[in-house]
Amino acid sequence: MRNVDILIIGGGPAGLAAAISAYEAGSRNILILEREENLGGILKQCIHNGFGLHTFKEELTGPEYAQRYIDKVLEYGIPAQCDTMVIDITPDKVVTAVSRGAGLEHFKAKSIILAMGCRERPRGSLGTPGWRCSGIFTAGTAQKFTNLKGMMPGKRVVILGSGDIGLIMARRMTFMGAKVLACVELMPFSAGLKRNIVQCLDDYDIPLLLSHTVVDIAGRERLEGVTVAEVDPKTLKPIEGTEQYYECDTLLLSVGLIPENELTTMAGVKISPATNGAEVNENLETSVEGIFSCGNVLHVHDLVDYVSEESAKAGVNAHKYVQGQLPKEENTLEVVSGFGVSGAVPQHISQELDEPITIMFRPRGVFKDAQVCIDVGDVQVAAKKSRILTPGEMVTLKFSPEYLRKNTNADKITVRVEAQQS
Amino acid sequence: MIDVIIIGGGVVGCGVARELSRYNLNIALLEKTDDISNGQSKANTAIIHGGYDAKPGTLKAKFNVLGNKMYDRICAELDVPHKRNTSLVVSFGSDGHEALEKLKQQGIENGVPGLSIIGQDELRRREPNIGSTAYEALLVETGGIVCPYEMTQAYAENAAMNGVNFYREAEVTAIEKTQDGWKVISKAGTFTAKAVVNCAGLYSDVINNMVSEDKISIVPRRGEYYIVDKKYANEFHASIFQLPTKMGKGILVSPTVDGTVLLGPTAEDIDDKMDTRTTTEGLAKVLKYASLTWEHIPMRSFITTYSGLRAHCNRDDFVLGEVPDAPMFFNAVGVESPGLTSAPAIAEYLAGMIADKLSAKKNENFDPIRKGIPKFREMNDEQRARAISINPDYAKIVCRCETVTEAEIREAIRRPVGARSVDGIKRRTRAGMGRCQAGFCTPRTVEILCEELHISPLEVTKFGGNSKYIESYLFEKGDNENA
Ligand SMILES: Cc1cc2nc3c(=O)[nH]c(=O)nc-3n(C[C@H](O)[C@H](O)[C@H](O)COP(=O)(O)OP(=O)(O)OC[C@H]3O[C@@H](n4cnc5c(N)ncnc54)[C@H](O)[C@@H]3O)c2cc1C
Ligand SMILES: Cc1cc2nc3c(=O)[nH]c(=O)nc-3n(C[C@H](O)[C@H](O)[C@H](O)COP(=O)(O)OP(=O)(O)OC[C@H]3O[C@@H](n4cnc5c(N)ncnc54)[C@H](O)[C@@H]3O)c2cc1C
Repeated sequence: MRNVDILIIGGGPAGLAAAISAYEAGSRNILILEREENLGGILKQCIHNGFGLHTFKEELTGPEYAQRYIDKVLEYGIPAQCDTMVIDITPDKVVTAVSRGAGLEHFKAKSIILAMGCRERPRGSLGTPGWRCSGIFTAGTAQKFTNLKGMMPGKRVVILGSGDIGLIMARRMTFMGAKVLACVELMPFSAGLKRNIVQCLDDYDIPLLLSHTVVDIAGRERLEGVTVAEVDPKTLKPIEGTEQYYECDTLLLSVGLIPENELTTMAGVKISPATNGAEVNENLETSVEGIFSCGNVLHVHDLVDYVSEESAKAGVNAHKYVQGQLPKEENTLEVVSGFGVSGAVPQHISQELDEPITIMFRPRGVFKDAQVCIDVGDVQVAAKKSRILTPGEMVTLKFSPEYLRKNTNADKITVRVEAQQS
Repeated sequence: MIDVIIIGGGVVGCGVARELSRYNLNIALLEKTDDISNGQSKANTAIIHGGYDAKPGTLKAKFNVLGNKMYDRICAELDVPHKRNTSLVVSFGSDGHEALEKLKQQGIENGVPGLSIIGQDELRRREPNIGSTAYEALLVETGGIVCPYEMTQAYAENAAMNGVNFYREAEVTAIEKTQDGWKVISKAGTFTAKAVVNCAGLYSDVINNMVSEDKISIVPRRGEYYIVDKKYANEFHASIFQLPTKMGKGILVSPTVDGTVLLGPTAEDIDDKMDTRTTTEGLAKVLKYASLTWEHIPMRSFITTYSGLRAHCNRDDFVLGEVPDAPMFFNAVGVESPGLTSAPAIAEYLAGMIADKLSAKKNENFDPIRKGIPKFREMNDEQRARAISINPDYAKIVCRCETVTEAEIREAIRRPVGARSVDGIKRRTRAGMGRCQAGFCTPRTVEILCEELHISPLEVTKFGGNSKYIESYLFEKGDNENA
């Protein structure tokens, strides 16, 4: 059994940033385990630009952004073992991993950082009726085929769901000579970033059909076409008579991401039903002492810059924990998602903080001229105006810890939206 | 000349092949599609039925009860996952007692052991999560669950080990009587044989009608399903049927041997024997009825939906045995539910009859034992370490949802009657059957298929035919390989 101070699972942007910050805080016995052959996580296949605007004030491609972190990891000499998959974690932090080179290994960690990223929701989870033919891919799988394998999955494409990966793939498939017929979204608003809608759909005249869905899939062997219908925005049920058939050989799904938390569950960590990620406190520590979680495995982010920022915090706190400098959380308040809010992170905040606190969440719909508010107990302590809020863009809001000390008898912190829902 | 040709590679055809391989016979199995277990035997409810349901005196009743009894032995010999988890037929409401009693009597008449009616308390003790209106139930102690495609594969592999030749993409298009047997014309060539066994499932009527004046007709009867994530593996223990009422036959909720939960099936007669589509109405019906048994179905935890077609015969029973006006031509026609349960008994019965007619001798080298592909997910640490030291491909996890390694995938392709497509790998290893439904592993599975079968990615299919994944290379092939 190898002893490690900080064991990081996943070598994507989250794991890399956590490793670097832990090193910079002073830790020297760090190990990154990554199941793929190379570091970089999902960014390896994101060859479009638009990464790093916040962090580096430059527009980088995914691989370029990842490389900056990989270079730092190499410079610091932080060991990263690739081609190694973690298959088990126990609550007392014994980690089991397998690799071709080393076989089955056990590690005893003082602290663990979970940075396993997320996976895409498949067609099966939607229950879309029709044939179960080939030609239906999640957008990320198609992205892997085109960007990493140099293979084209098809030529006439419909995209179901308007998540960012779907939008990016609409443009990629167009570049590669495919005809993208439409991007179909069930909700009356897109799940993706505004800039991706403009740059990936509008610029190529690809229609975005809001309040529409795929109601039938045709093709006994390879996909031959899909039937798209309008849905009632209230009930989300298809409206009869609005069906339209699109002849296509490829259907890409961009219908949501699910944090990859099998290992988290094995470690006995409490999972939040709202985010499908671990419940954490403001230190990004989970319900199991010394186990931290960050990046897309904690909650799905839309910008990698925020992943890096959040994960750096997890790295520093893991270092502090190993040094015995992370205060034990005793008096914590629960963070409650109020009106218009879904999946606020962190879920628990200590009353004895002395740094500003950041809360992140996704709006539960589209809100115009809205205000996001935080209440400690019944007292509003922070508010931020926003011209428009959409579920596609994560909202971050900070507040000063002094309000916690002022309201010592408060029993919870509420995040909520004040607006007319449109 | 071949001794016996078996038409159809479902559980019945592969079972007959295996039982016939106990004899010194030259046997060939012809399957239409690119893989065995592609018909009813892949998409069904996977229940080992007790045998209370079929009308006394029918072949269904007889072979169901016989087959049920054989399962433990066959599954032990062939290393097939199965479990006697019991079945419950639940009455929702207090007016079902008489009907339950009737079912029980029918079962007793069919020779089913271990039947009893249990009340509220016992029912809820066994199934604490059952719906609030569940009132009482028929307990079927011999009821069980099995992995139907592994059962079929196991039969096929064992048959191949014992000398049966399998031909796939070998659809039989015509059969002619010859002086001393039959000429069978297929897409894989023309064969002559002394005896032919028709195990063609939904098309067993077509095959029968090629040789007999006694015409049969099979109507495809569709059943649709949802599969729920393994998270809910312990929600229910027994396979829970609903007592049929005026409202319908009810929908079953059952655990599977893989730990997922099945909801279904519907029953709808259709025209097209290939139409395995799922439909909005069908799926809605599944949910509506299943929610009696499972009141809070976790809608966000569905991993997939599917449908299967039952080969419903207009004679309303199995048609088994030699065709009266076609000597040495044997039928296994209309083998719909409980056909999976009955398959071991049907296979033994037909094989015995055919061997007899051919005066075949025992095959002294027959080996009844087949071992499944060692599954990494079922090993303990010590076994895992050993597996990796022998074959490092065991350290490479390709399907992360179901923890399937590259070693297992390669073996699934290399085995006798091995996988040739992505779905073939999926059924043999579970790679791609988990919650991400192959999103993550498909690109790698495609590569492994190419390496093992020496084909290009452009030729890899999901399930044969034109079910391809890749339309073209983005670069010239040479560039691609350098990249
Ligand atoms: C298609 C797409 C387009 C995007 N576009 C943009 C954009 O334009 N701009 C932007 O800012 N952001 C974008 N993002 C978001 C950004 O890529 C993600 O937020 C970021 O990659 C998440 O980082 P992560 O480290 O949490 O997860 P990942 O990048 O997924 O990394 C997780 C790593 O953990 C490894 N791992 C998982 N489980 C195990 C295990 N058991 N053992 C060992 N290793 C394991 C995985 O192999 C992976 O390398 C995009 C994302 C996608 C998918
Ligand atoms: C929805 C549903 C639910 C069921 N549930 C249960 C259950 O819970 N328990 C139970 O015991 N039974 C159940 N059954 C029944 C059981 O699945 C079948 O009885 C059994 O699988 C039949 O096997 P088979 O080999 O006869 O047919 P199949 O598995 O259909 O095999 C027939 C094969 O013949 C091939 N073929 C067809 N035409 C030709 C040709 N011209 N040339 C060559 N090959 C050809 C086909 O491609 C196919 O592979 C269910 C069936 C269905 C459809």
